[in-house]
Amino acid sequence: MSGSATSSIPRLEWKVATVVAVRDETRRARTLVLDVPEWPGHLAGQHVDVRLVAEDGYEAQRSYSIASAPGSAHVELTVERIENAEVSPYLCDVLQPGDGVEVRGPIGGYFVRRPDDRSPLFLVGGGSGVVPLMSMLRQHASSGSATSVRLLYSARSHDDVIYKNELNAIVAAGRARVELALTREWPSDWKGFRRRIDRAMLEEVAPPASDGGRAYICGPTPLVESVANLLVEIGYDAASVRTERFGPTA
Amino acid sequence: MTILSSTIEAMMNETRLDGNAAAGPLSELFARDITTALATCAKCGRETPVGTLFDYGQAMGVVLRCNGCEGAMLRLVRTPGSLRLDPSGVSMLIVATG
Amino acid sequence: MSDRPFIARGFHARRPTGNAARIPPGQYETRDFPVLSAGPTPRTPLDRWDFTITGSNGQTIRWSWDELSALPREQPTVDIHCVTKWSKLDTKWGGVSVDTLLGLARERAVTETGFVVAFSDGGYTTNVPTADVTGGKAWIALEYDGAALAAEHGGPARLLIPHLYFWKSAKWVRGLRLTERNEPGFWEQLGYHDRGDPWREQRYQGDP
Repeated sequence: MSGSATSSIPRLEWKVATVVAVRDETRRARTLVLDVPEWPGHLAGQHVDVRLVAEDGYEAQRSYSIASAPGSAHVELTVERIENAEVSPYLCDVLQPGDGVEVRGPIGGYFVRRPDDRSPLFLVGGGSGVVPLMSMLRQHASSGSATSVRLLYSARSHDDVIYKNELNAIVAAGRARVELALTREWPSDWKGFRRRIDRAMLEEVAPPASDGGRAYICGPTPLVESVANLLVEIGYDAASVRTERFGPTA
Repeated sequence: MTILSSTIEAMMNETRLDGNAAAGPLSELFARDITTALATCAKCGRETPVGTLFDYGQAMGVVLRCNGCEGAMLRLVRTPGSLRLDPSGVSMLIVATG
Repeated sequence: MSDRPFIARGFHARRPTGNAARIPPGQYETRDFPVLSAGPTPRTPLDRWDFTITGSNGQTIRWSWDELSALPREQPTVDIHCVTKWSKLDTKWGGVSVDTLLGLARERAVTETGFVVAFSDGGYTTNVPTADVTGGKAWIALEYDGAALAAEHGGPARLLIPHLYFWKSAKWVRGLRLTERNEPGFWEQLGYHDRGDPWREQRYQGDP
């Protein structure tokens, strides 16, 4: 397996990226399309660190997963606005095309899906945890590969589902199976899941462990740990499950 | 990967991240991305990728703990003039170079 | 790293207005109560919990949970300051003054020294000069905001030293070791300051 893309890396430096465009995905989430100077390319699942420095020297730093597929012209980050937070309201409400923003990356070699990996893929995302999974899904969708890919995506409501249209298109093209679990509210005719992810849901949706697939779980820490434990309970090998925790539920 | 005994325990540790979150700060010190490196816990002997370790440091620094025994394996703090690494909880680190 | 920082257009720290005189240099006021821990939340059952003070001569005094809870309690309202730059004003606590505990320790021939190391469940430690936990400046806090101290905020008991950066207020505290010399604790070993006075911005070793 080629590890050279991330194992030996040029020293990561802070670079000033330029915002090329912004795209509102939902009432809470916005995608920033960035032009990052000398971007070396990235692997699906990696993230960047974003640093904001105020005139008085106050500094805040956060990590954001890369939403765009490897090989895209620009680096796309999808940011979920958290009320009263420091960084996400700035990125979602203040930053405009033409502005600069400091980023460092791409970062992370563990939570990645390599393009030549053909094992069945099971993606589980909670809230903004879907973002790095989307990079993996986009990579797969534009490849010709017949690999089996499933996404189980948990969101508060239908309005909060990011990338709705694109997910529908991916499903319509037969490139992946997508299941949505809405946890707080749902349309009266909602045919998807109407509860948090639990063991019964995973038993229904996850590819059987015997298929030799890999699972990637991303989102709030409690969801990630719960799902990871449940996958092991239903037969997944711990080594086939990769996790990325985003911290407390917003 | 730790098997938690209860949901309550999970909720109380909901602020913890993992080695993925530490990758940026660690890159200031290490020439290679070590989140895929296998680290052996000096306390309990468990060998696991750095990306799976629990990161408790948050804004104060990086505190990577063993996902088996919760022993502190690797701690990193950035002071104005230095990067300080305490690796004493790691008895072996193996980075694939192939 | 870049020598001159790139200033993010229109970015500034959120800070409620007013109260400027109570906010130490480099700090910003918050109305939240952020949870920071260096490790998992311990859960020692109260019937197995104790608090000890050990002198440099090896003498130890010990209180069970019931014994500590029965000691005279104070209700300090204090401002707290985290080295990660947030300050929270008028926080309300209930706890036993460290002076009370050291007084009882003295009666048991526990020798007092110039320095203290506080130790907690889970292995966390922090060091302070004894002068910073005496004279009404420190408590073992059992309550926050009128209720029993929640585990995520350090319950059942935490050290409370509000005039120093809040990493010194060790969560899940189980005792104090009185030491002849300064013994750097968990964060101090990694470069944080031995004393940690927010009004002098003593964040890191070497800060005057």
